[in-house]
Amino acid sequence: MATQPAKIPARTSTAALYPWRSMGISILGMVVVWGVVQWLSQSGVLNLFITQTLVIMGINVILAVSLNLITGVTGQLVLGHAAFMGLGCYFAAILTYKMGLPFPVGLIGGGLVAGLGGLVIGLPTLRLRGDYLAIATLGFGEILRIVYQNWDYVGGAVGMSPPQLANWTWVFWLAVLSVLIIWHLVDSSHGRALQAIRENEIAAEAVGVATTRHKVTAFIIGAFFAGIAGGLYGFYNYAFQPSSFDFLHSFNILVLVVLGGLGSITGSIVGAVVVTALQAALQSYPYIQNVIFALLLILMMLFRRQGLLGRYEFHLSMIFPGLRREEKGGHSDGARS
Amino acid sequence: MYRNLRNRALASVGVVAVAALVLTGCGGASSGSGGGNSSGGGSASGGSIKIGVALENTGNAASYGQSGWKGVQMAAEEWNAKGGINGKKIELDFQDTKSDPTGATQATTKLLSDGVVAIIGSSISSPTIAMAKLVESRQIPLISPTATNADVTVDPDTGKTRQYAFRACFIDPFQGQVMAKYDLDTLHAKKAAIITDVGEDYSKGLAQSFEQHFTQSGGQIVDKESYTKTDQDFRAILTKVKQANPDVVYVPGYYNQIAQIMKEARSQLGMTMPFEGGDGWDSPTLLQNAGASNLVNTYYTNHYSSDDTSPAVQNFVKAYKAKYNATPDSFAALGYDAAQILFNAIKNANSTKGADIVAALEKTDLDVVSGHITFNAQHDPVKAAVILKFDQAAGKYVFDSKVNP
Amino acid sequence: MGFFQMLVQQLLNGLSQGAIYALIALGYTMVYGIMRLINFAHGDVYMVGAFCGFFLTADLHWPFPAALVASMLLTSLLGMIIERAAYRPLWNAPRLTMLITAIGVSLFLENLFIVLVSPDPRTYPAGVLPQHTFQFFGGVRFTLNDVLFWGVTAVLTFGLQFFVQNTRSGQAMRAVSFDSDAASLMGIDVGQTVSLTFAVGSFLAGAAGVLIGTVYQIDPLMGIMPGLKAFVAAVLGGIGIIPGAVVGGLILGEVESLVSWAGFSNYRDAVAFIILILILLVRPSGLFGSTAKEKV
Repeated sequence: MATQPAKIPARTSTAALYPWRSMGISILGMVVVWGVVQWLSQSGVLNLFITQTLVIMGINVILAVSLNLITGVTGQLVLGHAAFMGLGCYFAAILTYKMGLPFPVGLIGGGLVAGLGGLVIGLPTLRLRGDYLAIATLGFGEILRIVYQNWDYVGGAVGMSPPQLANWTWVFWLAVLSVLIIWHLVDSSHGRALQAIRENEIAAEAVGVATTRHKVTAFIIGAFFAGIAGGLYGFYNYAFQPSSFDFLHSFNILVLVVLGGLGSITGSIVGAVVVTALQAALQSYPYIQNVIFALLLILMMLFRRQGLLGRYEFHLSMIFPGLRREEKGGHSDGARS
Repeated sequence: MYRNLRNRALASVGVVAVAALVLTGCGGASSGSGGGNSSGGGSASGGSIKIGVALENTGNAASYGQSGWKGVQMAAEEWNAKGGINGKKIELDFQDTKSDPTGATQATTKLLSDGVVAIIGSSISSPTIAMAKLVESRQIPLISPTATNADVTVDPDTGKTRQYAFRACFIDPFQGQVMAKYDLDTLHAKKAAIITDVGEDYSKGLAQSFEQHFTQSGGQIVDKESYTKTDQDFRAILTKVKQANPDVVYVPGYYNQIAQIMKEARSQLGMTMPFEGGDGWDSPTLLQNAGASNLVNTYYTNHYSSDDTSPAVQNFVKAYKAKYNATPDSFAALGYDAAQILFNAIKNANSTKGADIVAALEKTDLDVVSGHITFNAQHDPVKAAVILKFDQAAGKYVFDSKVNP
Repeated sequence: MGFFQMLVQQLLNGLSQGAIYALIALGYTMVYGIMRLINFAHGDVYMVGAFCGFFLTADLHWPFPAALVASMLLTSLLGMIIERAAYRPLWNAPRLTMLITAIGVSLFLENLFIVLVSPDPRTYPAGVLPQHTFQFFGGVRFTLNDVLFWGVTAVLTFGLQFFVQNTRSGQAMRAVSFDSDAASLMGIDVGQTVSLTFAVGSFLAGAAGVLIGTVYQIDPLMGIMPGLKAFVAAVLGGIGIIPGAVVGGLILGEVESLVSWAGFSNYRDAVAFIILILILLVRPSGLFGSTAKEKV
């Protein structure tokens, strides 16, 4: 981060000012990250493979953060996140590649269809808890996969090969946007309701939390962003097929979230970045790669089940203490574990 | 408490960031220099030419990719023993496509980043289509040993030939056409049933072309069934086929499922009519898994036969046996051919620029293992197909006849 | 063949597949009954069983019955190891943690076997079982293999039912399943009982793996789909209920067979999941859930 901490005054009490300053630093930092990568890859310093890895990283960040909202924050285990991604990907491709609408329209359209999928799967399965919900979402994903496979309009089992329209800029800024929106959501009263549902659904309901509404909202928003990630995935990789969105892919997304720490947005980002980088490093050893990830998942559960970061969150104020908003008194979502 | 938390979080983030950078660096930079856009450049890195190979090493087409890779390696060794291409050694860079278009894109990107001048791959159609689109934007020539779908070399959206994509095998419709002709003329069949693997474009392509040519020339399709590669039990569909009582059954799938289908059709359902397919049947695994007695009266179209007496084939088979202690299948032969075609083109172009290699590839006029090859306007090779028939006495498939385009 | 013969043929085909689902579903249902855990690795234990049988018959040339029993013992050992190493340390952790661990164990076994034995499919040696096809009722066929499937499944199911109802260990399993804290207070060794449950469940999955290997090709990913479908079968019958798992498995096998016959073989895999979602919404306790309360 290329900002100068010296310019920030020692802590004063005008709390209302700080969110803006904090946002300014964040935006500046992001512009710098985006710009540096953009410049390096344009000028050829970062080769194609590294650029591609960074793009996949960005897509994985969106997937991990959106799954975390449903599974980590709200505590609803979903084994069909790739299905939401697939909905977004297929409908983005239909709108853009088949119907000729502009790419942003396709992307958002795909996200909306995925959000609708979240509503469809979220509403009826709310009666289910824990394992049953997990297996029902897995089933939902498999059903969709089989539907695509038999649907000739979308290329059947071969899938579609849309042009490459997504790039680093698209992926980076959409990742930033989804992280900001979900973070904001978790930090709001809605987020606290979701955490209450996670900790004890019956108690939450007893104290007046509208559990159904909050859970469905989490499903819709999580699915929407997964759909956006799916659209980016399809329009970056030149081709996709129904099996790109099977439950193994759902497991992979879950691994990102679990390794980073269920419930921690920062953790999901870290998980997505680390796993994507590891995968790229092991590109030439495909067999070993899969064994290592499975083993990592088991060991993580046995010895550090809260994930790399537990439920810690990273805030800018950790680097720039002057930015801390006094009235919040620390980060309620961070300190529990 | 709070300070402690902050430090730990910071430390974690820091460690992770460093680790990520290092790992990404390792992953991407193993080849050192070579920006993705360099299009090969005039002279490759100091006296060697780097050729990318992206084939299936894992996933459901792993067996094809592994065979093809053996053929490619053999061709490169032969050229290097003779001093390489115009005095430059061939250096192969292998990446796994994982039998999936996304994996193929990643493998190809890795190769492009490594600065290869041309790419051989992949052995199946869907991943190759993704690769063909990617190399087009980087002006790097691609030659696939065995991807038979028409869209590999022709963009279906525009109908134009993909400038940088070639293949060493004939395309799907040709195999279906050859088999239909053989059924009508040689086997005198009137009624055929078709069983398609709906999970594979390849299977659908062959089935479609077979149906078209068979019915055009007066035959009748009495039943059409389908399966997917996750199926384990085919008795349900075979029972229906049996009921339709066809003279021949055309099953243009891959050997994994064919072995099972033949076992069930012959031993369990007592179906004795000819079963036939395309080059997806070509694997030693078929005989091993189905058992010889279940393969009696089966035929398939193929790119070459190791029994062919032509010197090109016999020399290749001898060298392959010496090196790998096995009889080469078509995937090995076409891997070898694809490499030969590409190396010759680079030699004739006397350049490693993509456009120059493409120009030389288009002028290919070469005798290779699978026959005499020239390319048509769609970058598809013009060459003959062979029909193989199972010989119970010999316990293997033998050369039956050759069909020219 | 007339319509009626075809129907009988399809039902017989479905019965063999259903028997395999039933054997795997039993392991799911027992483990779920006692630990409330969907043991995702169970389908992979079945895969390991198939490979044990393959190596014993193809490489060591053991006779089939010996290979079958040895594979079953090896998989039950594997089941116990998995439970000890991966699940037991997490007894007091949230259930989500254990479920994720189960997914990890499943992925680990699959990929380990891809590395160890290569992803290529294999078949058991041709002469491992005598081949014979029976024919009756105007062309309806079934094979000696089918008879073996039905026979082994029947013997193992009744054996299991006897074991659970009439032995001390079986009583302990039922007690732990009903209330593990109370069982522990009554002097039952809960750890040992859980271990035994995994051993028995994996024993059955091993049998299913070897049986399937005599007919179909085996590969390291072969356990995924049957594993998931067997779970559907267990839920269909009412999870935790032994007869329920068997009936659920057989129903699923038959439905799949009939769906293929009706010309929807492409949607066969989807059918299982549609059944799952419907049953979860309409009757989450399964077909036998309300009548038979007893759980194992």
